Amino acid sequence: MSSTTTPPPGPPAGSVPGVPSADGKQKKLDPVDAGVKWLDQRLGIAKGGRTFLDKIFPDHWSFLLGEIALYSFVILILTGIYLSLFYNPSTATVVYHGAYAPLRGVRMSAAYASTVNLSFAVRSGLVIRQMHHWAADVFVGSIAVHMARIFFTGAYRKPRELNWIVGVTLLMLAIVNGFIGYSLPDDLVSGTGIRLAFSFVLSIPLVGSYLAFFVFGGNYPGNGDIIPRFFILHVVVLPLVILGLIAAHLGLLVRQKHTQFPGHGRTEKNVVGTPMYPAFIAKTTGYLFMITGVLWAMGGLLQINPIWQYGPYEPYKISYAVQPDWYMGWLDGALRIMPSWEFVGFGHTIPFEVFLPAIIFPGVTFTLFYAWPFIEAKLTGDRAVHHLLVRPRDRPLITALGAGMLAFYFTLFSASSTDVLANFFQISLNSVLWFFRFAVIFVPIIVFFVAWRMCIDLSLSGAGKRKRANIVTRSATGEYAITKSDRRPGDGHEELDPELVPTFIEVPDTVGMGETVGVRRIPRRV
Amino acid sequence: MTQLPPPSVGGDGAEDVPVAAFDDAHLQPYAKHPRRAEIVVGACLFVGFLGFVAYGATYWVGGQTQVEAVTLGLGFFGFGFAMSAWGKYLMPKGPFTEDRHPVEGTEPEVQALAAAVSERGKMVFRRRGVLGGLLGLAGAAMGVVLAFPLLRSLGPQPMKALDTTDWKPGAYLVDINARRITVDDLEVGGALTVFPEGFVGSAIDQTMLIRPSSVNIVTKPGRETWGPQGYLAYSKVCTHAGCPVGLYMEQTQQLLCPCHQSLFDVLDGAQQVFGPAPRPLPQLPLYIDSLGYLRAQAPYDQPIGPGFWERS
Ligand code: HEM
Ligand code: FES
Repeated sequence: MSSTTTPPPGPPAGSVPGVPSADGKQKKLDPVDAGVKWLDQRLGIAKGGRTFLDKIFPDHWSFLLGEIALYSFVILILTGIYLSLFYNPSTATVVYHGAYAPLRGVRMSAAYASTVNLSFAVRSGLVIRQMHHWAADVFVGSIAVHMARIFFTGAYRKPRELNWIVGVTLLMLAIVNGFIGYSLPDDLVSGTGIRLAFSFVLSIPLVGSYLAFFVFGGNYPGNGDIIPRFFILHVVVLPLVILGLIAAHLGLLVRQKHTQFPGHGRTEKNVVGTPMYPAFIAKTTGYLFMITGVLWAMGGLLQINPIWQYGPYEPYKISYAVQPDWYMGWLDGALRIMPSWEFVGFGHTIPFEVFLPAIIFPGVTFTLFYAWPFIEAKLTGDRAVHHLLVRPRDRPLITALGAGMLAFYFTLFSASSTDVLANFFQISLNSVLWFFRFAVIFVPIIVFFVAWRMCIDLSLSGAGKRKRANIVTRSATGEYAITKSDRRPGDGHEELDPELVPTFIEVPDTVGMGETVGVRRIPRRV
Repeated sequence: MTQLPPPSVGGDGAEDVPVAAFDDAHLQPYAKHPRRAEIVVGACLFVGFLGFVAYGATYWVGGQTQVEAVTLGLGFFGFGFAMSAWGKYLMPKGPFTEDRHPVEGTEPEVQALAAAVSERGKMVFRRRGVLGGLLGLAGAAMGVVLAFPLLRSLGPQPMKALDTTDWKPGAYLVDINARRITVDDLEVGGALTVFPEGFVGSAIDQTMLIRPSSVNIVTKPGRETWGPQGYLAYSKVCTHAGCPVGLYMEQTQQLLCPCHQSLFDVLDGAQQVFGPAPRPLPQLPLYIDSLGYLRAQAPYDQPIGPGFWERS
């Protein structure tokens, strides 16, 4: 921002009638002016800084989903650092003598003991531990929903393919880090998860057994190496990678600017909404605290992963009807409904019953996610730049495809509770299994057609703009007249034409310092 | 704040940022009734304050998980809600706009960059093909040897580890307390997890000892002597993905793996009858020695657990 030392005022721009020169004396600089100037002389922040403060954020609720992901990651880091102060990544055997009576005298790993201690002997420790877990679930969930909104509104199209790729990678790493974190407490349930992970790696043809032995430091359960290794991956390596990718994600966002829905004054050439400073900063910092509050309350009120009930991990023990975290459900479901096809021949075995659902299937899934923007461009021939979003109904085929995909993964997710469903409905596991084997094919197809039909109907009916009611009145003479109702509550404000963010506000001398925020006022010469 | 130059903030002066009139509609708060919004914001800030203080008090008197959750949760939420509401309802409502400048350069600029990359690259390697080849060779060698410490050092080679267990001919069956199992230990219908003596708790050796009856059981041709006095022993490691096959269901004489519900028929050599498991559980041949101890005639006759490439 220009300061008082710049050359004498030139002819006023726009409608500014000029600035009254003070009595020529240099007064002391305002501290903000001084600070900005100091930084600008060293970093050249003036121009870019101003653009940054004026950065426009579209006002649409769906843009909040990504923020939820971002802020739950912030919470994950903060709570995670706190957990690391207590957690001991060691499989050395200890005998528990802590605060939780039912486990006293039980032999367990130091990792498990430290997690139980954190839950019972550290004030607010349990809240923070459960908050970390809930934040992980919310993190992955909000990424997935955020991704769905990007998909259905076409926000990944040129020029944003790169950010889509970064986003897909973030989803993948979030799932992986969630699984690894889940394993750290070394309780009976998570230990079973590690056992499965070993078998998944083992199933890879040619290199599987070598990889599994290297990762685990030997045949299952290894030398006690896996917990410290997972720990370093979980608290250092993967969070750093995720952090870097989030930085890249946001950097691309600033560089390419937001997409926006079409609407009054919104074009391919502008972005309309709320400026970064101060309104957006206030709103978004508020969201950070609201999310923190909700997650904190969940951490204390909603029990999650009560590891003291499961007991410490012993390779020969198993507990029943426990599900992995929800974001592993699609893989668990795939493992369950996969037929037992094992290839044996030529002196070798390929355990397709594991290799297909646990390795190939997620591989194909993420490859498809990565490739989608390019596949779509190829199929539609649309290589234009798009900054305006589409409504899902306006692309019936793609929307239907997305809905079908979601239905597919949701069916797999449901299949991860075949045993629970069989028990609940008192039917045989066999029928449930076969139901899901068919459902996983037919549900997506049905959903595809329903979604497709709905899109077409919706876009034909022109729904989406709220209509005003017709009010029919009958006059005293018996004549009918039809008038439109008033704007309904919630119809929103009459939209003004969007304006550039003003730097200065004229304040007539007759008015005192006004109510407005975030702009510097200059007095008008009367 | 003293005098200010005219608001020409576009840098080069090309785009002058407009000066807004004091009463410009864009600068009015979003709320129809700013006064009410102020009251709401104030109330929320106060709730936040109370929440924080209440949490402090809870902590001070000794802590209680649920109270901690509600107080601090409310504190954060009220604080955040107030901030968001302040930002949304009490700040200039806009809408404001900013121009979107295309990121891409002009055609000549693009070509210049591409040319710089390819021309300079060619300059480096032109007539130095040999050096280029050597660079590739050294780089490849670096990649390969780095895999030694980075991957190979992490664990031993599998060798025969996946094919064998610690069960040896004559090994005593012991329970989790290392106590040898005798022929009288299980009632008919009982089941127990056993290990070879000296390997209690071992993940690969864990074995399900079941007693479906009191007379010798033959589960498959060729296994005539494997089930003395109704005792059968199967590897407890699921052939699907390795979970402990923990549940013995006496009525149906089946073993159930809780991970993905594979079912194995106990009387038919633990043949898989349902679910994703591809193979029966390997059976451990048993005998009862002269003192009445249960012992293994021989090791498992095949690798236990899930499939892998080298399994034949
Ligand atoms: C991508 C982000 C992350 C995800 C999805 C995630 C997820 C999880 C999950 C699900 C658990 C199991 C919690 C339980 O119920 O006990 C966990 C444990 C843990 N996490 Fe994270 N986490 C993330 C980042 C971090 C970071 C950045 C740190 C540390 C700097 C950290 C430190 C820990 C520690 C020490 C534990 C074990 C203690 C315990 O389980 O109570 N995490 N994590
Ligand atoms: S591990 Fe036993 S059924 Fe999958």
